Amino acid sequence: MIKRILSLVFLLSVLFSSAQTTTAPEMADTFRSDGKIYVVISVIGMIFVALVIFLIVLERKVNKLEKQINNK
Amino acid sequence: MKNWYKILSVILISYTLVWGLLNPVPRLDILNETIRNVYYHVPIWFAMLFMMTVSLIQSLLTLTKNNLTNDAKAYNAAIVGFFFSLPGLTTGSIWAKYTWGTWWTFQDPKLNGVAISILIYLAYFILRFSVDDEMKRARISAVYNVFAFVMMNVFIMVLPRLTDSLHPGNGGNPAFAKYDMDSNMRMVFYPAVLGWIFFSYWLFDLKNRISFIKNKLND
Repeated sequence: MIKRILSLVFLLSVLFSSAQTTTAPEMADTFRSDGKIYVVISVIGMIFVALVIFLIVLERKVNKLEKQINNK
Repeated sequence: MKNWYKILSVILISYTLVWGLLNPVPRLDILNETIRNVYYHVPIWFAMLFMMTVSLIQSLLTLTKNNLTNDAKAYNAAIVGFFFSLPGLTTGSIWAKYTWGTWWTFQDPKLNGVAISILIYLAYFILRFSVDDEMKRARISAVYNVFAFVMMNVFIMVLPRLTDSLHPGNGGNPAFAKYDMDSNMRMVFYPAVLGWIFFSYWLFDLKNRISFIKNKLND
């Protein structure tokens, strides 16, 4: 009887310890629920907008030069 | 509307910048939130490969048509591709530091293959500067560019699949390998690839027009 109880205890302890190691991988959940992720997104978005505006200005300048050269 | 792909690239990239950070991703050990790098690091490499393919096509056209315009385009495409490989390499290095535990590992054939490919393309640029005669330069560098493209594909597409690689989808057949991506991630990943390819073509177009103006001024 004691042997059986002991083996049951061991079995449960093994199950318990394995359950502890298989917790879900940590993700930035609180960072998201705080809404701070939107701060990061707006910063990245602004950088990309600046980059695109720069490209559009460059595009226009090249357009102007092309027109000047074709008129010659 | 000849600028459709430029507008589309901005729309697609903006979408991936926002939704790439917000959408749910698989919860995985080691990777954790860094799995989102797939939306930004990998498409940069796709854009680089696309530009090198454009460069190859322009080089082949140079050889068949004996045309200097194609030669200039081949060079411009290779330059844009080269400048996409640099952020690709550094972002990969940063990602590797926090997942594989090192900035650079010689165990991974893809990293070394990429480094060698970049050197091969650097040699292409140097080769161009070392030939003075325009027509000769166009033909020699076009032949070398075909060689460079084949070598790059051997180093970054073939060799990493023959041995073990830390990159997912390498080592064995990628078509049957299990990816960590789910359908949620594909919704962002494919638009990102397309967006960055269009973006690289935009830069290529700008460079072409500038070199066209330069040529006209030199005449």
